[in-house]
Amino acid sequence: MSQPPPNYDDQIVRRFVSVTVIWGFVGMLVGVILALQLAWWPANLGLPYTSFGRLRPLHTNAVIFAFTANALFAGIYYSMQRLLKVRMWSDKLSAVHFWGWQAIIVAAAITLPLGLTQGKEYAELIWPIDLAIAVVWVAFAINFFGTIAIRKVAHLYVAIWFYMSMVITIAVLHIVNSLAMPATLTRSYPVFSGLTDALVQWWYGHNAVGFLLTTPILGLMYYFLPRAAERPVYSYRLSIIHFWALVFLYLWAGPHHLLYSALPDWAQTLGMVFSIVLLAPSWGGMLNGLLTLRGAWDRLRTDPVLKFFVVGITFYGMSTFEGPMMSIRSVNSLSHYTDWTIAHVHQGALGWVGMTMFGMIYWLAPRIWYRPLHSVSLATTHFWLATVGIVLYVVAMWTAGVTQGLMWRGLTPDGLLQYPNFLDTVTGLIPFYWIRVIGGAMYLVGLCLLAYNLWRTATAPAASSQLEAA
Amino acid sequence: MSQEPWHRRVLEHRAGLFAVLTTITITIGGLVEIVPMYTIPTDPHATEATLYTPLEQAGRDIYVREGCYNCHSQMVRPMRAETVRYGAWTRAWEYQWDRPFQLGSRRIGPDLQRVGGKYPDAWHWEHLRAPRSTSPGSIMPAYGWLAEDEIDPADVAASVRALATLGHPYADTSEAGVGAQLEAQGGEIVKRLASAKIAASPLSEAVALTAYLQRLGLDGRAALETP
Repeated sequence: MSQPPPNYDDQIVRRFVSVTVIWGFVGMLVGVILALQLAWWPANLGLPYTSFGRLRPLHTNAVIFAFTANALFAGIYYSMQRLLKVRMWSDKLSAVHFWGWQAIIVAAAITLPLGLTQGKEYAELIWPIDLAIAVVWVAFAINFFGTIAIRKVAHLYVAIWFYMSMVITIAVLHIVNSLAMPATLTRSYPVFSGLTDALVQWWYGHNAVGFLLTTPILGLMYYFLPRAAERPVYSYRLSIIHFWALVFLYLWAGPHHLLYSALPDWAQTLGMVFSIVLLAPSWGGMLNGLLTLRGAWDRLRTDPVLKFFVVGITFYGMSTFEGPMMSIRSVNSLSHYTDWTIAHVHQGALGWVGMTMFGMIYWLAPRIWYRPLHSVSLATTHFWLATVGIVLYVVAMWTAGVTQGLMWRGLTPDGLLQYPNFLDTVTGLIPFYWIRVIGGAMYLVGLCLLAYNLWRTATAPAASSQLEAA
Repeated sequence: MSQEPWHRRVLEHRAGLFAVLTTITITIGGLVEIVPMYTIPTDPHATEATLYTPLEQAGRDIYVREGCYNCHSQMVRPMRAETVRYGAWTRAWEYQWDRPFQLGSRRIGPDLQRVGGKYPDAWHWEHLRAPRSTSPGSIMPAYGWLAEDEIDPADVAASVRALATLGHPYADTSEAGVGAQLEAQGGEIVKRLASAKIAASPLSEAVALTAYLQRLGLDGRAALETP
């Protein structure tokens, strides 16, 4: 890594890393604004474009498809060229993928505040944008499989399996869930109706979590963690078992979003049972990650990259334990529709996805800009801000969720509601909403430190000799 | 020679086979769960749900546009605490004409599945304009623009035609026919609002949204009241 590799395309990696940070800032800033709106309603500003209902899809879409996806693409383009010992099959397709994806994100950022939406969570984008997503994804897929086809090593390393599962599954999910009849250029109606639409949507929604926020990041973990820790992966056999189990089981778990709905009982039960079984392969991945660090734990004191990875993987373990528990009907009867769910997804998004991606970016920065990271201590500050921010966020939302769930179900000895006025179950949560604002803002400030650190790294005078010494 | 484990030789050196097996593996769960939604017999107690009128559908589109589903569910769960608070638990057939479904995933505000007929039209008008005037302490945004902006009959007719293509039995999908229905149903709401000293246009978005909210859950309630 002392010299810029002559054969690999690192420009595409630099581009994807840069936009990851930019869109991450936008998505998380909107998140903090939404948190503020719930604590203090005048922050809705009385404008259509800034009201909670229109901004919240912007937040979720930006974090999933702009922050996370761009980070994934950066890591995938970097690692697959090196794992397959070949440059990407087509630089043109790489460029189509990059610019096409950014155009889609810009289109999303314009249409969602305008209220142009399909009204299905994480699938809100209107049908012309959905078509663009399909086209750009296919361009990416062709480049991905083309690169595999011209690879210089026979064996496909486990990271590639996880990337492949993402490329295939996201295409299937997106196309099926987006099937719709256009009414105008900006409005359409899904071909599925009612509960079938709900089932298809949560098959999509749960597996967007599975195959965008989980499996590709596990793939990145399998590439970047052993390199950062300078230790081989703990168990190759475990990675085989948990890969196949994970990609098989994930697709069954969607109905746990519809427990106690009018969805047929057998479908709800299948969703619940498979969600519980999903704990096993999820923890297989977590353990394989953490055990890869055996013998390298002392480096945790000094290396912010490993700090980010360890906290990220630990949050993966926690949220993949909590998820199956919340899929149990009796637990779900309390947690569903409350902030407990919000706590759960943010453990995954801020903890697992965010921390792991930050660790990857800090590891990548010196290797794609060919000079040392501007400041390790700033990276460590980022780590602590983010970690404390997540803890504040999650603990506040757990408390708010359980509080509200218990208030909703509270009955007097006569069988009447203990809190008949719904508003009583809302106003009591405001203090927790303020804690969430603080936690989220800390996480956002941490991201700004990353942006500054990368900026200084990228614009510093090239000093490859220093890097060799490092 | 062949020190490589079998799974490498058979599978992990063969990208095409790997991709095919992955595709099959991820397809099974979805097929098993989604296909029976079309093949199993429907609930014998199911009743035909009432089709949304053009005005109600326009109101529903506004509900979707404003992202009401981000804070309000439409699903009463079969539990004592829910049925006491909201009314009868939701049956599958009630969602028959819902495209997209709006079950929601978070109740920052209350469930709306049975809100139809619970409050007068004027309450909804005031509540949308200034939520805290009817519900002190509410954290809902004020939707002032709904009273001023108007729906476009041509636009609603396009929606009705798309839904008719998907099998919603609308008798008249012409712009003139849809426009007349909008004016007629909107006019009745305007009359009721006038009796509360509120001046409204029959095509205002708040009127359309009120028409939608006021019919939510009525089918289920009516069917359950008939033994």
